Amino acid sequence: METEQLANAPAETLPQDGTEAPAAPLPAVCFENVKYSYDEEEGGEFAVNGVSLTIAEGEFVAVLGRNGSGKSTLAKLINALLRPTEGKVTVFGLDTADTKKAFDIRKSAGMVFQNPDNQTVASVVEDDVAFGPENIGLPREEIGRRIEYALDAVGMTQFRSATPSRLSGGQKQRIAIAGVLAIQPKIMILDESTAMLDPKGRREVMDVVKKLNREQGMTVILITHFMEEALEAGRAVVMHRGEIVMDGTPEEIFARADELETYNLTLPRAAYICKRLQQAGMPLKNAFDAEELAEGICASLQRG
Amino acid sequence: MLNDVTFGQYYPARSFVHNMDPRAKLLLVIAYIVSIFIANNFFGLILVTLALVFFILLSRVPFGRVLRSIKMILFLIIFTAILNLLFYAGGEDDIVLAEWWIITISWQSIINTIFLAMRLLLLVLGTAILTLTTTPVALTDGIESLLKPLKYIKVPVHELALVMSIALRFIPTLMEETNRIVAAQKARGANFETGGLIRRAKAMIPVLIPLLVSAFRRAEDLGDAMDARCYSGAKGRTKYKKLTFTWRDLLGLLFFAALITGIVLLNTYLLGRFDIIWQVQQWFGI
Repeated sequence: METEQLANAPAETLPQDGTEAPAAPLPAVCFENVKYSYDEEEGGEFAVNGVSLTIAEGEFVAVLGRNGSGKSTLAKLINALLRPTEGKVTVFGLDTADTKKAFDIRKSAGMVFQNPDNQTVASVVEDDVAFGPENIGLPREEIGRRIEYALDAVGMTQFRSATPSRLSGGQKQRIAIAGVLAIQPKIMILDESTAMLDPKGRREVMDVVKKLNREQGMTVILITHFMEEALEAGRAVVMHRGEIVMDGTPEEIFARADELETYNLTLPRAAYICKRLQQAGMPLKNAFDAEELAEGICASLQRG
Repeated sequence: MLNDVTFGQYYPARSFVHNMDPRAKLLLVIAYIVSIFIANNFFGLILVTLALVFFILLSRVPFGRVLRSIKMILFLIIFTAILNLLFYAGGEDDIVLAEWWIITISWQSIINTIFLAMRLLLLVLGTAILTLTTTPVALTDGIESLLKPLKYIKVPVHELALVMSIALRFIPTLMEETNRIVAAQKARGANFETGGLIRRAKAMIPVLIPLLVSAFRRAEDLGDAMDARCYSGAKGRTKYKKLTFTWRDLLGLLFFAALITGIVLLNTYLLGRFDIIWQVQQWFGI
């Protein structure tokens, strides 16, 4: 069965440097003119209004947007927590509208939520990580292996028998990621997973996510309102009032600062400073992070 | 204010009792309770006490720590003891020591009171050993495993156990939240420290309502998170942690079998009398 293969595939591909076979022609996620409304009867406002989006396997996509732009709804539509009112969402060809497929879809599309406290099930780290593998009915030895693998991937091996409530925010969120990784999904959705963390915790989580994408070819969909985080992604999608209004590389998107502003989004801080300097007459290339900006300023000072 | 409340009273240590299977410990506690109630003379209770002391020593939990668990029900023990002392209606051969209105203190009632207090104390101390040496999580696992047969009469054992372990898991989270809300309300001028009982209870309302609302929000989030991690009930689910009986559990069971046998023998040998004076008289032929 196709779904069976999908679910088992990561287990075999993992040890080999995570180089994925490029044979699968199916897109990881595909939205076809999707609409979703929270109050079904009245046909009220659509939280997601006519979204078409294709994400290929191995992509790192940041979904940006202010509060209420529909980005979290978009995330929940992917792993069948919500089902589209209109249109169609498929994950590796599986239609999320089909209730019977929800289990397989969730096996291949894992999701990490915003509040680390509200997604921990057990009082011991390893029990919590085991929750997913237990749910998909793996044998004990395999669950043990997956716990080791998942905790190692997020760098939390030494906390295996710790209590989650005693950990820091960043550590808790890494445990939540490990809990999802233990299912070995092909897609990792992070729904504002860094929003409640301090800068250090945010860094920890982003490092883990980047590593998963680079080293294991995991498809990452990062929902965020931190523009800096979008710079780590290969592609950024901007949502506004339930629609996708911009789609491109983060550099392309941040180059259109005025347009971003109409969606109530600001540039990453470094990019903003860069833009102001340009406006003030400094001859600078577009820079998006602090390092690039510093180099640019140095170069222009030497020239001048 | 609430920070020092740790849930449960697990005393971390490595010992024979800590390493026993939680199911075995639960069964032994049941056997222990049964033995307390079938013992109908002081010698039986002394035997139970010796067994208890033996287990406390085995568990490596300091005696003081075990005795502390009495504190909570000390009032109950004293209350029942006093009632028993004052209102126990003795038999005809009873020696009345003092009598006033409906109150009678007799030889029998004193003996009875001591016996009852001893039973209660033993009961509490024995169960304290269980909670001191077993984590709440292990206890839940043990209960789930022991209740498994109830599945056949459609009792949702797995779900109940999950609810219990999630409740345990959320206690520190909600505790923290309570502290935060209390601080927030204090900052707004709420007063929790003064006033009578009713006033203080009323002051807790602005704490409880936000707590309840947030608990519901958390529940919703947790539901989503569990769904996202493929939770679909007990069907097709495996378990990572496996409980196994070992030689320790066998020894424990044998020990308790011997204890109960001993008590039954004492009961029949001493003809079911627990008047210690009478017993001494019999023994020395006075």
